[in-house]
Amino acid sequence: MGCIEKLNYEVIDKHVSFKEAAAYIDKNCAEVYEVKPGFKIFDKGMIGIPPVRIGLDGDVVTFPFTKPCYGTFLLRVSDAVEADIIRKKAKKIR
Amino acid sequence: MSENTLIQKKPDTALILLGCPQIPIQTSAALYLSGILNKKDVNVTIGGTKAARSLVQIADVDGVYTGGAGRMQDLDAVIESMADGTFDTDVSFVFVHNEAGVAYTATIQAISSGTVIAVVFGGETEARMNELTEIGCPAVTAKGSHNPLPLKRKIDGVISWDA
Repeated sequence: MGCIEKLNYEVIDKHVSFKEAAAYIDKNCAEVYEVKPGFKIFDKGMIGIPPVRIGLDGDVVTFPFTKPCYGTFLLRVSDAVEADIIRKKAKKIR
Repeated sequence: MSENTLIQKKPDTALILLGCPQIPIQTSAALYLSGILNKKDVNVTIGGTKAARSLVQIADVDGVYTGGAGRMQDLDAVIESMADGTFDTDVSFVFVHNEAGVAYTATIQAISSGTVIAVVFGGETEARMNELTEIGCPAVTAKGSHNPLPLKRKIDGVISWDA
């Protein structure tokens, strides 16, 4: 899974559905963005069932991450550059 | 829509997107589907994880189903090239046996302009079919993990189109 697995990430939850991931982000993140599947995050195209949500709290990015054999994880990574890219490219819904 | 009308006209290109290779019939079904599409003059790309691709490639000694430039692609590379518009196919067959497979199907639906068909197998086909119905994706399904014949028959049913 390339770059994301090399990041210093925190696993918030595992085996989540995209509805559950979106609900967590809606409830817990200061800023909420919506993207189309394929949107690049940490240099990787996102996998997901629309609407795919990304949450931001300052530099902290919260997002769903799917692995073919292990399902979907909800991850949190602190990265100022990536947070800026998301603010510029993704659709802000809150 | 019945299975034999999912593909309306002959496709020139097809993607076979493999899921996690833990269910044995995936490799057999992928080689079969690729072979049938090749016989019908459809240019096939197979995408998958390194393990899923190796299972297909190593079985295909002469590269009959997997030879040629660009015919085997890394899963992430397929998603990224479809998302940025540099790659697309007339039809995509997404192999699904777990929830991640449904997420990959939804992703291909969102980024490809072609027809997307889920090929569902394994031990939890009812759950997967319900999830695919929610995202509005047509599918062919055969429950089971080891006997490829029921899935082969379902694949035969979908590989037909008007001349």
